[in-house]
Amino acid sequence: MTVSNEPVPTSTKPVSGLREFWFYFSVNRGAVIGLTVFTILVLLAIFAPLVAPHSPDIQYRDALLRPPMWDANGDPRFILGTDPVGRDILSRLIHGARYSLFIGFFVVVGALFVGVILGVLAGYFRGWVDVVIMRIMDIILAFPSLLLALVLVAILGPGLFNAMIAIAIVLQPHFARLVRAAVMAEKNREYVTAAKLSGAGHFRLMLVTILPNCLGPLIVQATLSFSNAILDAAALGFLGMGAQPPTPEWGTMLASAREFIIKAPWVVTFPGLAILVTVLAINLIGDGLRDALDPKLKRS
Amino acid sequence: MQKGASIRSAGAGLRLLRQSGGHRASPQQENRRATQAARTAPGDPGATHIMLNFILRKLALLIPTIIGISICAFAFVRVLPGDPILAMAGQHGVTPERYEILREQFGYNLPIWQQYFNYLGAVLQGDFGVSLATKRPVINEFMALFPATMELAFVALFFAVAVGIPAGIFAAIKRGTWFDQLTMGVALTGYSMPIFWWGLLLIIFFSGYLGWTPVSGRIALTFFLKPITGFMLIDTLLYGNWPAFVSALRHLILPAIVLGTIPLAVIARQTRSAMLEVLGEDYVRTARAKGLSPRRVVNVHALRNALIPVVTTIGLQVGLLMGGAILTETIFTWPGIGKWMIDSIFKRDYVVVQSGLLIIAMIVMAVNLIVDLLYALINPRIRVQ
Repeated sequence: MTVSNEPVPTSTKPVSGLREFWFYFSVNRGAVIGLTVFTILVLLAIFAPLVAPHSPDIQYRDALLRPPMWDANGDPRFILGTDPVGRDILSRLIHGARYSLFIGFFVVVGALFVGVILGVLAGYFRGWVDVVIMRIMDIILAFPSLLLALVLVAILGPGLFNAMIAIAIVLQPHFARLVRAAVMAEKNREYVTAAKLSGAGHFRLMLVTILPNCLGPLIVQATLSFSNAILDAAALGFLGMGAQPPTPEWGTMLASAREFIIKAPWVVTFPGLAILVTVLAINLIGDGLRDALDPKLKRS
Repeated sequence: MQKGASIRSAGAGLRLLRQSGGHRASPQQENRRATQAARTAPGDPGATHIMLNFILRKLALLIPTIIGISICAFAFVRVLPGDPILAMAGQHGVTPERYEILREQFGYNLPIWQQYFNYLGAVLQGDFGVSLATKRPVINEFMALFPATMELAFVALFFAVAVGIPAGIFAAIKRGTWFDQLTMGVALTGYSMPIFWWGLLLIIFFSGYLGWTPVSGRIALTFFLKPITGFMLIDTLLYGNWPAFVSALRHLILPAIVLGTIPLAVIARQTRSAMLEVLGEDYVRTARAKGLSPRRVVNVHALRNALIPVVTTIGLQVGLLMGGAILTETIFTWPGIGKWMIDSIFKRDYVVVQSGLLIIAMIVMAVNLIVDLLYALINPRIRVQ
């Protein structure tokens, strides 16, 4: 790596980078495990109706609150047991994966979209645009995120879609701040000046010249937000403000199982375990991405 | 240990060589500047002036944010579905004439901006309104419940710091060993934890299966203690009531663990990475080269510098703790601010939600400001810029 011409390594990285990236990513055993688990979860979610042994909504009235099959009272039909109205927990969990991944994906896309636009505008134009945007971000960040999301959902009305909007609003300032800082750092680099001199307009400079060079931290933040969105959505569901029963969303399942925690612990254990495994897998990927995309750590 | 250190320092030397033609101020230069600033800091009028300027600048930046927060809290409640007067009247309903009188009495007939300024004026005089549900002043309710949340948050943060920092330090020192991998695995699991589920699991195990801890509340109902400080642990000790203290502690322990889990994970991870960064620095290499014992190198030279970013991390957990308190207090029926807020949201107690949001946001901001100042105090480099 040459020291004399600084922008070269950063600007060529995305081109030759995929192989190099995979090399660094695959060194991290945890990240590979996370990616494997995540891939399995995505496949389960996509093929849920084919994989799940039962429909998530059928109530087997002859088998209420059955323990898992390995328990003495278990029923081999229901691998992880049944809930208080006789629905198969495993099937509900598999269908629940659809909701959690869907929530995570769309919340991140929404937060990323708005956050990147605001961040680029603030960092590129500075001045009053910057002041107004960043003060608004400060205000959003001054409220504890879950509390703000709760109030927003109370305003919009409880439900999965509104919960997603609320979570996206709460997560978006992190993207805006990150992008703003990155744009400010890149803005005065030589390659940007060169592009400007060759006649690139504001729009091109912002989105085509500068933005791709801020991608590394953005990808890491997106992964973190993905897991945060899943956790927050589950928390809102648990508090009765997210997806509404009988949706097999994991947090909502936990909420309706609360009263049975002593009598039937499995009703509580498995949905939470599903949330934990999913979030952990995504965070493992996030750690791997951070290590692979952060050139400072790479050298050491 | 010794061998690993020498290899690492050789690497650092190489890096230094590569950078020698570089453009950026070398770490030594930065450090020298920092020590100079630190040396001039105490008692020097120039340094005090700089610090004062720093504080004033921070405070000035806060004013628009505070105004924005008050507008948000006010606006949220205006757009909440439902009518506050109908909510106040409850199931009995209210006659149209009475409705108009009440509307006038509470100022809901005024233009919206005037309502806002009336609200702001009242708040500045310490009047946060009266709860629609209990008819008690919001600030009184808040003050009555706040110590419960504070106590919970303090113990949770203490738990997180007391376990997280040593875990992070040892993981960094033993980098790459099974201890490091185990600690970081556990930390990432903690970081990924849905704490409402974690709380339920602990209840199943410790309360249901073992029967060790109570499931809800702050203290057994058999104890009647008039609050002095509002902190149950302190109050019971002040009364000298030992069984009550034990009861309070047993009530507190599970919620504190649940609330402290994510901060613990964050602190452990942050401590480890800060420690690793510092251990690669030149002054640590110098200290090692001088032949200082590994213990002294870590305790005196590395730890102090590594803890600077960790202090910030700890401070930033306070906002997170307020969010976590909502879930924790709901699970353990802990009579604090989090449960109060969520109950008020469900009851559509507009006044409480509005003022509660405002107060909580102010507290979070005040804590962040203190963290900023503390950071400037322990890290002189910030002040100079």
